[in-house]
Amino acid sequence: MNIATRKTDVLVSVHDARLHYRVGGAFAAMRGKSTVVKAVDGVTFDIRRGESVGLLGESGCGKTSMGRLLLKLEETTGGSIHFDGEELGKVQRKGLKTFRSRAQLIFQNPFDAINPRFSIRATLSEPLENAGIPRGEREGRIIKALELVRLPEPAQFLDRYPHQLSGGQLQRVVMARALILQPEFVVADEPVSMLDVSVRAGVLNVFRDVRDRLGLTAIYISHDLALVRYVCERTIVMYLGRIMEDGPTEDIVHQPLHPYTKALVAAVPVPNPDQSHDPLPIGRGAPDPRNPPSGCVFRDRCPSAHARCAAEVPQPRQVGTRTVACHLF
Amino acid sequence: MTEAFLSVRNLRVSYQVGRNFVHAVDGASFDIPKGSITGLVGESGCGKTTVARALTRVIADNATISGGQILFNGKDLARIPEKEMNALRWRDIAFIPQSAMNSLDPVYTVEYQLGEVLRRRGGMSRAQARKRSEELFDMVGIDPGRLTDYPHQFSGGMRQRVAIALALALDPKLIIADEPVTALDVIVQRQILDQLKELQTRLGLSVILVTHDISVVAYICDRTVVMYAGKVAESGSMQAALTAPSHPYTMGLRNAFPDLQGAASGVLTPIEGAPPNLANPPTGCRFKPRCPFALDLCGSEPPVVDVAPGHPVLCHRASESAALRIEAAKTETWMARA
Repeated sequence: MNIATRKTDVLVSVHDARLHYRVGGAFAAMRGKSTVVKAVDGVTFDIRRGESVGLLGESGCGKTSMGRLLLKLEETTGGSIHFDGEELGKVQRKGLKTFRSRAQLIFQNPFDAINPRFSIRATLSEPLENAGIPRGEREGRIIKALELVRLPEPAQFLDRYPHQLSGGQLQRVVMARALILQPEFVVADEPVSMLDVSVRAGVLNVFRDVRDRLGLTAIYISHDLALVRYVCERTIVMYLGRIMEDGPTEDIVHQPLHPYTKALVAAVPVPNPDQSHDPLPIGRGAPDPRNPPSGCVFRDRCPSAHARCAAEVPQPRQVGTRTVACHLF
Repeated sequence: MTEAFLSVRNLRVSYQVGRNFVHAVDGASFDIPKGSITGLVGESGCGKTTVARALTRVIADNATISGGQILFNGKDLARIPEKEMNALRWRDIAFIPQSAMNSLDPVYTVEYQLGEVLRRRGGMSRAQARKRSEELFDMVGIDPGRLTDYPHQFSGGMRQRVAIALALALDPKLIIADEPVTALDVIVQRQILDQLKELQTRLGLSVILVTHDISVVAYICDRTVVMYAGKVAESGSMQAALTAPSHPYTMGLRNAFPDLQGAASGVLTPIEGAPPNLANPPTGCRFKPRCPFALDLCGSEPPVVDVAPGHPVLCHRASESAALRIEAAKTETWMARA
């Protein structure tokens, strides 16, 4: 069992992971109307040590749920996730504490992620305290973490409060807090979506730099392929809880295979006056996670859907460098 | 083509904060030609939303238009009485606020809300309003059968379409849309932009699109007004702003944007620092503290220089912009200040 995870180069191994929520509440259940939302539904992939993987998709595709499963902030309702050979479902107590210091989340909105009444020093001391780092060592670790995220003259920030920092500085503090316990694995959930464009690039550069310097394994969750491309060599495209396509980011950008990926790539606006204004190769309407179509979940918006797509769920297939779940391949 | 349809001259909007005044918009001038889409671009706090709101005079209680003119149809919107201004809203100028959820009332059906505008403002009968509502839903690509739905029954993209339908209700000539696609996914965003462009062409509308995303501007706009710290840094055709930016801020923005068509090895270059605090703006050029090309003379108020006809730039070094562009394309240029 779990031969894949015994290979030392795989850090995270996800096998047929599911996260199903029951929605509708007790009254709906009495009337037989409660439904199951399959936020993550049969997802399988491995992440090698030191790899950066983008989880790409629209809102409701399950990318954030997947990220939460990877950090054990949510328990799988089916399938399994192994972190460094250990099944996350079985990690408890002491093991959980260790896992929490090895795997970290970088939050989306720096203005929400940090307690406004905590100074930067207090914000960064908390994880150290939880990890049992002696008081005397904390300040040095904090300064080091702030240097790592390239906050100039970190000492001057220690006694400041979040409202005294700009968005870019605050997001660096969020990053420093995630990195202060020297994790091996980080999940970044749209870390720059709340930032202005002119400072966004700085935060992304810090992220890339820190990741390379510490040899981190990273998951970058985003709906923006241009950003994913900037930080991840590999991209996993999700739609309604399933993986549509998984492969090297450059291949996906230049030659998307899955019809959904094709639409997604075509939809990304580029800062260039000469660009295609062709209609997108995708049907209108939003995916409804409560009531996904039978067979392929994308078929009701797919321009190439045929009879088989309604009857049979497409299984992931190896196509060159990529894995694609589509009956066309 | 460049017949000015709306002309903003030296507009100043001030917010009273305690005993101080913050000039969120401090002397903005630009023209909106008829039948065009103009992108009003800038970062949070640059004053773009305040400008947009000032054009309809729907501004916060602590804000006042403290100077300048907004010339529209021979009237100065900054000065006409509120009653006259109110008559222009919806009929001549319609505003789509940021996030469609805010423009729709959750406790009324969409039909009721459309009807309110059509009957109260447009003087239509119930039957006429019903017919017009169906027409509007058709226009924005929603099944008229959904008129009786409540806002929460629509997805984000659909809600944005409803907001567009609402803005179009009384056939305005000018639509001001504040970040209409920001909260939407790329695919929906693209479909909404296509819809907006189609309607703009078909109905001959003029549109002001407030956005922070220059990719959106590149996709849909004809003209661009770039704002920084309450002032217009440069304005001109969309092509000019993207291919020949002449203000260092615009040059920097261009480098900071990821481009899916660009080379994979491309490095994004941030503009170091943050926009100034408008309660206490720097003297002279407001971009000076972050500008890699700043000189001593930038400590004095920069002039507006026309680098090309219809392409004014607020910069002391505007005449050198071609040479600065070459420097600005290099990452080192922006690193030196860090």
